[in-house]
Amino acid sequence: MAKLFEYQSKEILKKYGIKIPDGGIAKTADEAVRIADEIGYPVVIKVQIWETGRKGKGGIAFCEDAECVRENAEKFLGMKWGQFTVDTVLIEKRLPIKAEYFAGFIIDDSTAQPVLIFSSIGGSGIEEIAKEHPDKVAKMHIDYGRGLYSYQAREVARKAGIRGKILNKIGTTLAKLYKAMREYDARSLETNPLALTEDGEIVALDAHIVIDDYGVYRHPDLGIEIAREFPRPATELEKIAWNVEKNDYRGTFYFIQMVTDVPPDGKHIAFHGAGGGGSMMSMDAVLNAGFKIANFTDTSGNPPASKVYRAAKIILSQPNVVGYFASGSGVASQEQFHSARGFVKAFLEDEVDIPAVLRLGGNYEEVAIEILHTYLKDLPVKVEGYGKDDSPDFCAERLKKLVEENGGKLHKVKPHKEFEPKGTEYKIETMTGAIYIDHEVCEKCDEKPCVEACQYDVIELKDGKPVLKIDPEEARKGKCTECLACEIACRFHGKGALHIHLPIPGLKEYRDKIIKEQGV
Amino acid sequence: MAILIDENTRVLVQGITGREGRTRTRLMKEYGTNVVAGVTPGKGGQEVEGIPVYDTVFEAWEKHGPIDASAIFVPAPLVKEAALEAIEAGVKLLLLVPDRVPIHDVLEIYDYAKKKGARFIGPNTLGILSPGKAVMGMIGGRAKSAREWFKPGPVGVTSRSGGITSAISYYISKAGLGQSTIVHVGGDAVVGLPHPEIVKLFEKDPQTEVIVMFGEIGTSQEERVAELIKNKEVTKPLVAFIGGKAAQKGTRFSHAGAIVEGNRGSWDSKVNALRDAGAIVVDRITDIPEAVKKVLGK
Repeated sequence: MAKLFEYQSKEILKKYGIKIPDGGIAKTADEAVRIADEIGYPVVIKVQIWETGRKGKGGIAFCEDAECVRENAEKFLGMKWGQFTVDTVLIEKRLPIKAEYFAGFIIDDSTAQPVLIFSSIGGSGIEEIAKEHPDKVAKMHIDYGRGLYSYQAREVARKAGIRGKILNKIGTTLAKLYKAMREYDARSLETNPLALTEDGEIVALDAHIVIDDYGVYRHPDLGIEIAREFPRPATELEKIAWNVEKNDYRGTFYFIQMVTDVPPDGKHIAFHGAGGGGSMMSMDAVLNAGFKIANFTDTSGNPPASKVYRAAKIILSQPNVVGYFASGSGVASQEQFHSARGFVKAFLEDEVDIPAVLRLGGNYEEVAIEILHTYLKDLPVKVEGYGKDDSPDFCAERLKKLVEENGGKLHKVKPHKEFEPKGTEYKIETMTGAIYIDHEVCEKCDEKPCVEACQYDVIELKDGKPVLKIDPEEARKGKCTECLACEIACRFHGKGALHIHLPIPGLKEYRDKIIKEQGV
Repeated sequence: MAILIDENTRVLVQGITGREGRTRTRLMKEYGTNVVAGVTPGKGGQEVEGIPVYDTVFEAWEKHGPIDASAIFVPAPLVKEAALEAIEAGVKLLLLVPDRVPIHDVLEIYDYAKKKGARFIGPNTLGILSPGKAVMGMIGGRAKSAREWFKPGPVGVTSRSGGITSAISYYISKAGLGQSTIVHVGGDAVVGLPHPEIVKLFEKDPQTEVIVMFGEIGTSQEERVAELIKNKEVTKPLVAFIGGKAAQKGTRFSHAGAIVEGNRGSWDSKVNALRDAGAIVVDRITDIPEAVKKVLGK
């Protein structure tokens, strides 16, 4: 889920006419002081992170003068917060407060409705307050077709113990908050405290909004880089992976690094699941076998071979892993040979130096396993393919055995060589790359296995040369599924004239950097 | 008997001319599903796998109604419109196959479906299959595999993961048993027919003797099933596996969630609730067939 920072959340609330304190964000202490001087003292200065409970952990300071702002800004910027490094602080005018409330909206999966929760006492430790004072907390399920009216919100506030004229202001504020939640595709929206100031205004002193990943595309204004749940901002490698996912709607590719700097402890492996439940089950199996996972990856929903290839290349950009484990549910509806070919291309290109166990169970698993065993048998390490009758636990044990046999050797990242065409090749553009065929070499090839390998009937022989059979536009739009069968056929059964170039922007530079560090 | 679909269910395919729509229509037809019509706006008059294509659901209904169920294979941003159209036309059971449907769209569909007395499975579902009778969606991938992997029998299967739906069912078949109906409820946080609803349907189905459920961390579905068992609304034996024991715990971001749900949604909460209620929770998926056999006295 795409979390917004406090300052981003407040910008949204402001659009809906909800009052927020004057202020601004700073990335340096100088900026922080300038903002504080501008809005006038006293001010509050807050770290911008994706977590609540900042006050108790020392991420919020109150200041009466510039010196205090500078001191705290310097302390906060660069502060480690779990895996997160603070790079932004929010400086706001500190307002005289009369009362603090809590207002939140979440989605209740049991009724498939948004729920409004309002508490007439707010501030830090709201969960405990709610437990101790249930009479101060009220909630209401919202009829999605009708929305939330102010009169309904007033009743909720009344049930939470609010009396008097302020009920009106709270009612309209809550209705506006709901409108923001709905229109911004929020999974949750809350403001704590929602404060009543001495001069009678309702002001959101803090706000947290989580945008639904699947709704992010409707809100380009938010500038959300990766619509995924991350405990910290995305790493460089995760951004490279997200680019692959973003530019190819076929299937789903998820990549997250569990450790950003894999220690050379001989325990970490590369993990490549398929499907949510199957991935979890497989992850449990490798953890039970005593491994740790460097990354969590999931390629599912019938991804083409090209996407699995890119996933594997990204996964193999992590040094120090000792094995590669791929496993899904084991009984997949999708044709498993696509994934197999993706692995073959990636593993051959990288001349993989760590053993791998690839469990590709499901439709056409026998074909998939044969592809792996036939084309990867000459690698210096063992790659074993398994199917639906081999359990994840068994496969995890196999990997353990293979890692031992390999002496626990640590993976070294290899340079990513982008294919460089000579310029004279015959070229077919595909959805995310291109097929290059050196027709001069084809002349020496009698078998022409590439044409036979193409199950989608995309290429044909013309004057003894393999060429595109369909409209180039159709090939680009996806009629050529980038199944990689022609390339593998040509490499092993032909003359090696055909190459499929599947660019992965940023990977070359990233790997060069890793290799430099490896050398040290 | 079976739940939700059988060989008589009259099925419509929305988005029938697309890549997935075409492929899955073939699977459904070959398996024996009674596919009566397809819809793709602007492509009326064509045929896909011998199935006539219409421009709107209303038109398909005029020519082939009544339509009992619609399988939706349109891109995620268009699912809401497709679903609302089918519901308005009078279809009472929808299958929303696509992944990445915005949650607020799901809430809107849910609201309208409830008001019109319609139900839906998904989104983000592999589908449903009643062995030997009919399939909606893409479970099995091809008819040949679906026939090999799934056999008619007394086990009702409901799962939150697509791949695991097939895996569990396959293990059950391999153990010599079979399934009444196999349901992938969908992988999203809000789905039309979550576990508790499916379990209630299995309770009423005479063919089903035992229910197998694959749960996952997140949402309140499994806890609500536990409540149904406790309240005796569900009396058939239930064997469950809950995935995600090892999954990373997220950092706390929402107070509201904690206030409303407390500890609900965690692995411990689900396993404890189910065991307290008397369900059998196994530690490994591969233990399911043995547990089912034991329950059935085989």
